[in-house]
Amino acid sequence: MKKQQTGQSMDRVDGRLKVTGGARYFADHHLPDLLYAALVCSPISSGTIKSINTTKALKAPGVADVVSHLNAPPVPGYKNADPGAKDGLKIFKDNRIYSNGQPVAVVLANTLERAVHAASLVEVQYNQETHYTDMNASMDKAFRNNRMKDYVRGDADAWKKAAVTVDATYTIPLEVHNPMELAGIIAHWDTPDTLVLYAKTQGVKNVQDTVKRLFQLPEQNITVHSRFVGGGFGMALRVWPMEVATILAAKKIRKPVKLVITRDQMFTLVGYRPSAIQKLSLGATSDGKLTGITHEAVAVTSPYEDFTEGIVAMSKFMYACPNVNTRYKLVPLNLSTPVWMRGPGEATGAFALESAIDELSYKLNIDPLQLRILNHADTDPEKDLPFSSKYLKEAYELGAEKIGWTNRKAAPRSMQEDGMLVGYGMSSGTFGAFRGRATVSATLKSDGSLILQSAAADIGPGTATAMVQIAADVTGIAPSKIQFMLGESAYPFAPQQGGSSTVSTLGSAVTDACKALQQKLASLAVSNVPAFKNATPETIVFEDGQLLKAGGQEKITYESLLQQQQLPEVNVVATSQSGEERKKYSMYSFSVHFTKVHVHPQTGVVRIKHIVSVADAGTIVNTKTARSQMIGGVVGGIGMALTEEAILDHRFGRFVNNNYADYHVPVNADTPPTNVYFINKKDPYINPMGSKGMGEIALIGFAAAVSNAVYHATGKRVRDLPITPDKVLDEKAAQQWKVENKLNT
Amino acid sequence: MPQENDQQHYPPGKGKHEARRDFLKQSSAVMALALTPPLVIKAAQHDEAIAGIFEKMPVSMEINGKKVQVSVEPRVTLLDLLREQLQLTGTKKGCDHGQCGACTVHADGRRINSCLTLAVMQEGKKITTIEGLANGEELHPVQEAFIKHDGFQCGYCTPGQIMSAVACIREGHAGSPEEIREFMSGNICRCGAYDNIVHAIMDVKQGGKTV
Repeated sequence: MKKQQTGQSMDRVDGRLKVTGGARYFADHHLPDLLYAALVCSPISSGTIKSINTTKALKAPGVADVVSHLNAPPVPGYKNADPGAKDGLKIFKDNRIYSNGQPVAVVLANTLERAVHAASLVEVQYNQETHYTDMNASMDKAFRNNRMKDYVRGDADAWKKAAVTVDATYTIPLEVHNPMELAGIIAHWDTPDTLVLYAKTQGVKNVQDTVKRLFQLPEQNITVHSRFVGGGFGMALRVWPMEVATILAAKKIRKPVKLVITRDQMFTLVGYRPSAIQKLSLGATSDGKLTGITHEAVAVTSPYEDFTEGIVAMSKFMYACPNVNTRYKLVPLNLSTPVWMRGPGEATGAFALESAIDELSYKLNIDPLQLRILNHADTDPEKDLPFSSKYLKEAYELGAEKIGWTNRKAAPRSMQEDGMLVGYGMSSGTFGAFRGRATVSATLKSDGSLILQSAAADIGPGTATAMVQIAADVTGIAPSKIQFMLGESAYPFAPQQGGSSTVSTLGSAVTDACKALQQKLASLAVSNVPAFKNATPETIVFEDGQLLKAGGQEKITYESLLQQQQLPEVNVVATSQSGEERKKYSMYSFSVHFTKVHVHPQTGVVRIKHIVSVADAGTIVNTKTARSQMIGGVVGGIGMALTEEAILDHRFGRFVNNNYADYHVPVNADTPPTNVYFINKKDPYINPMGSKGMGEIALIGFAAAVSNAVYHATGKRVRDLPITPDKVLDEKAAQQWKVENKLNT
Repeated sequence: MPQENDQQHYPPGKGKHEARRDFLKQSSAVMALALTPPLVIKAAQHDEAIAGIFEKMPVSMEINGKKVQVSVEPRVTLLDLLREQLQLTGTKKGCDHGQCGACTVHADGRRINSCLTLAVMQEGKKITTIEGLANGEELHPVQEAFIKHDGFQCGYCTPGQIMSAVACIREGHAGSPEEIREFMSGNICRCGAYDNIVHAIMDVKQGGKTV
């Protein structure tokens, strides 16, 4: 038998393209007669457009047109919309302004510089109305959405009657995905009713479907290319208004149009993680058994859509607790609509839950790790089902060993090294392990090579690489002879890359397609190859890229079979999806994060010195890319914990730190060595590979692991992210430091 | 309600770019004009194509070992020249403000943010982009190491990271993981491949191959 490919640390199949500049992202495409688009965006946060004067802009050199609600082609999909329905911003439909930065016009010119300059010449007048961007000042507008009903198991608010309680409020600020690649699109109507798009998307089929609906075109008239995507983290899970605006502009001008938005526009046009205020209340017996959990969340949404996510999800099933209730409300502000950002709502919720568990551990005088083990949910208390697989206890144990948890002294502010306060913190994370429906086309060529196609996306985790490994194991064909092609709407259906489900969904379809291919080859052999004549297809064995007759000596390689039959290729298309198993089991991935931090006693600066993250994500297909995904999630978690916060100036409803210099994503020097470990045990039920998801759990819970470590180091509980020095600062120590350093004030 | 566009963009009579043409006529900054016959200047007042020529400046540089002579508007950045006019799209735009490093290239061997320099400022310089780093089919050792250590996920910041990493080693700033983390902090990787990037650079540094 050949070496098992699943579980190897194979280099990425597209690595060479990525290190040579050969990987082409949407904006790297150039079409003849291409026009460049620049957006004119609203400087007001609520109101209406009074007038748009394009005279100067149209006189500027190279300008082809200025498209706005005054002259945009109609969007057929807007027509039947219920005017009261909160179903998204209908760009260029009318003159209403809902948020600062909303696009009001698109300027088209024959060079980028000319488009940008001309956009500054468009004169727009507005009727300004009162806007609301301050969440705290708008809590009276909070409402319940039907998608997120109140949840009660046992008694509501049972924590109040418990011997030991925690009742605290945790807040997270608005965070922005900020992938390195700027968003945008190239739109080209090559006939009046056929459209070609080069998109930045986590799902070409989703783009095709959205455009089909808006422009009422047959699916086959819309081609979406998106072979390489420069990061998404959730922001590319939908078609945004500025992309529709570009499609409209291209329709009007009848030439290809390229829009690449600016970094500051990444804050206002392509979603964000909504700021949230959470009240988390825990009740426990004096020996540490949880008796009540109440989780109440309020999160931000836009005026024109109700965005909900799994903020309170984890609290319902993470711990064995008889009484749990959750409430979830939304506050509409004059902002664009949020969108799932890595770990989505679960990351928000985990910060509150895993911080509160830590707080409870100190009240109980029980080690926070032990407290979690004490309340471990052996079965899912929410769904009342067994878990398909759960190795969380092993993950706790492994992580504790690797970080040196036994070195941790229990009392806060009890450890020091190199003049720094030392803290150890830990937390857990979890996210649903999903499996959707996907279709894969498998084509075996007569040279023995295998081509797989599906309209999946890859925003960075290494989808094609993992699929090649899975296909190699099923078929016995060497990975070097297998190609997995994605990012084209012309390929068979695959869902979006989101919710940590790609390997599960797509890998299953690859497995089924490869098996279907083998069955076709077996039938071919039985019907046409003399040596296999008296066999039945079911008895043919596949090994190392060959067909073997069971119990006999006869064998034939795939390529010989095709060559003998003079077939240039054999193709199958297979669709795969989950079945009854999802009704019998509760399916989740789990992660455990341990951190060791240094806190400067006088300045409150937090430096993470060591990270250990452990994932229970089922079978690991590629240990190299899986590790990269884990450390990547951790880096995102460092940003969430310590630095990331989009700040609004409520006087104008505008972001004031809308760039990389002021919105601090972690840089190389912010990241310590990170040790990643995998439980790497197959989930027996979820899919043929036994792989659960990992993209989200890499981040979920991490911020709490940092805040818990900061508490352990300093005795100061920071419940408001990010944990900036001002929140950690010990007033007395700071004064002392100033005196010692002869500083005034 | 969408309305029909007023197609009459340009007022009749006067040329649509009158003010700019007046500037062209008077400008002493555009050296070429001094040598230009008056007839052409007159034509430029009414013809966009001719005007376009006068608004551009010639610049020559060596890009990836090849002499390049182009005519660009003075406001065009080196990054946009590479990407939009020369189709060298390996160099990426991440912020256009010199904050992210995705556009890092070498100018006379020094790493620079190509979004922060105008193309015309690079007259006579030798520019190396990610497309010019490999020796034909043979990858540069840093490119090899990035693949081996998985120094990327989405790959978008990678050209900038690699150009920066090569310079970091050449500068003598790759002595330790801590030093590398400091001197590679001008290149953001939102996928968070930093740990792997450090490993890749250390590997090349310790491998002793000439970079």
